[in-house]
Amino acid sequence: MRKNGSPVSSDRDPVAGNGLLDRRLFLSAGAAALGSALPSKAEELPIEPWMKLPGSPFVGYGQPSKFESKVARTFASLPGTTGTGAARTPHHLLDGMITPNGVHFERSHSGIPDINPDTHRLLIHGLVKRPLIFTLESLERYPRESCIAFLECGGNGQLLYQKEPAPVGVQAIHGLVSCAEWTGVKLSVLLQEAGVDSAAKWILAEGADAAGMSRSIPLAKAMDDALIALYQNGERVRPSNGYPMRLLLPGYEGNMNVKWLRRIKLTEGPMMTKDETSKYTITLPDGKSLQFVFPQEGKSVITQPSPGLTLKGSGLYEISGLAWSGYGKITEVEVSADGGKSWAPAALQPPVLSKALTRFRIPWRWNGLPAVLQSRATDESGYVQPTREKMIAARGTRTIYHSNAITTWAVSDKGEVKHVYA
Amino acid sequence: MSMRSALLIAGSILATTSAIAFAAESPNLGRVATPEEIAAWDISIGPDGVGLPPGGGTPRQGEAVYAARCVACHAEKGAGKPNDQLVGGQGSLPGDRPPVKTVGSFWPYATTVFDYVRRAMPYNESKSLSNDELYAVVAYILNLNGIIADNDTMDEQTLPKVKMPNRDGFVTFSRGK
Repeated sequence: MRKNGSPVSSDRDPVAGNGLLDRRLFLSAGAAALGSALPSKAEELPIEPWMKLPGSPFVGYGQPSKFESKVARTFASLPGTTGTGAARTPHHLLDGMITPNGVHFERSHSGIPDINPDTHRLLIHGLVKRPLIFTLESLERYPRESCIAFLECGGNGQLLYQKEPAPVGVQAIHGLVSCAEWTGVKLSVLLQEAGVDSAAKWILAEGADAAGMSRSIPLAKAMDDALIALYQNGERVRPSNGYPMRLLLPGYEGNMNVKWLRRIKLTEGPMMTKDETSKYTITLPDGKSLQFVFPQEGKSVITQPSPGLTLKGSGLYEISGLAWSGYGKITEVEVSADGGKSWAPAALQPPVLSKALTRFRIPWRWNGLPAVLQSRATDESGYVQPTREKMIAARGTRTIYHSNAITTWAVSDKGEVKHVYA
Repeated sequence: MSMRSALLIAGSILATTSAIAFAAESPNLGRVATPEEIAAWDISIGPDGVGLPPGGGTPRQGEAVYAARCVACHAEKGAGKPNDQLVGGQGSLPGDRPPVKTVGSFWPYATTVFDYVRRAMPYNESKSLSNDELYAVVAYILNLNGIIADNDTMDEQTLPKVKMPNRDGFVTFSRGK
């Protein structure tokens, strides 16, 4: 969130209700006028110690500034465990489209295994001509590809199914999505080497964690864009994200992107594992449950401003957020400052990639009165993110999965931001 | 042979040759796994029961396993708390009150219970139950849910035949429907 307190020239008319401005405003020639200096009290510019004395020595692996310690995941573990549950990304304190590795979200079912990469093995078997075992060293010699992709837990956004709006912010509601550049070996290359039997239609992917997390995945996805990811944003995949190797299925719900991947079995049908039957299925009002809901639907959320970030006085701000879809590229994000009565298109920040987080931005002149902020994404399939009312009309409230409704932030006249339903 | 069919055959030979050439370009650094190696790791069980190991157990035998290894997290008779409830909730999936999803009310396949308990339970020492203990404790949970009788034995033949109450409660998702 940027603030620029100068008065706005009168020819900068809002493009939607409650002060939303043209998305190109900050780029236009007139933008300079917006940035004219405030008349301010004189302040002696300090000569600080770090301007005069040598700084600290080199370190082998860098850390963020000590002043940024609040940029951290929040997490909760199941009773009696310390690493089983989820840790959430602080999107309100980040910008851009890439999530730093140290705050990428985590979901683990039996803690984070301490895997020795030298003894780790990947077994590919089942309906193949030659079952194969790969070491990490052998996979390192394969041609590698990169894919910038979001990962989102199928349970992200579940608080929106609650009857009353949870008094929390973007990290608690939408912190189970992150985006990274994943680099590794195409799964299809390994499957072709093993020789896929024509009877195979699914694969079972299994982790080396103590829960042996396992999911069935259509073979078509495995042969399309599935990656055995070895690197995450340029460094080895973090232990919490599957070191030394994880499955990456761009666009598919996080749970299927099996971490600590140790085994792939080709099968005729799905194995009906715990996490594709008793979990990650969407129970509808009539009691039936939707199964095999794989891609994450089109979705967006405003990250700045959002709860915890208080506006400091009326004037010009940039509203910014994230949009994504498991069905391809984001084609449009609209923003409303009047609770959905009127909408203005936001600028999409390049690069806009398929199945990746997309950063959107729009200037907003806040008049200091209560405002209601929303964002609404459209993806390249033409799908438009639904209101919460519409999502619940279709799905009911008997599930916690695949929530992608519009999130609403209310700004008070004091500049405080609260999660509300609109 | 007509020129046309000769060309077709030549074409298909070329295609085959190039496919072989393509495969040969792949690094091929995997080592062929032996059946013994695969057996040690292949713990997944399909809904048809394929993969179930030899062994068996009854609800009564399972009650002892449950008391020793499960009750601390799942409470007496699978009532739940601090962790998942395993028993009850049948009939709760539709309606206005929150659904109670347990093995008895929600899980569509008994084989999944065996697969999951074997791979992931008990939480602090997964893969530590014997096959007989696994069959027995699964039998106990199924019996508490009223799905099998007190004297039923669960084994590789009987477990896949168990019809779970919510077996037909799932619909494959299709976008836009």
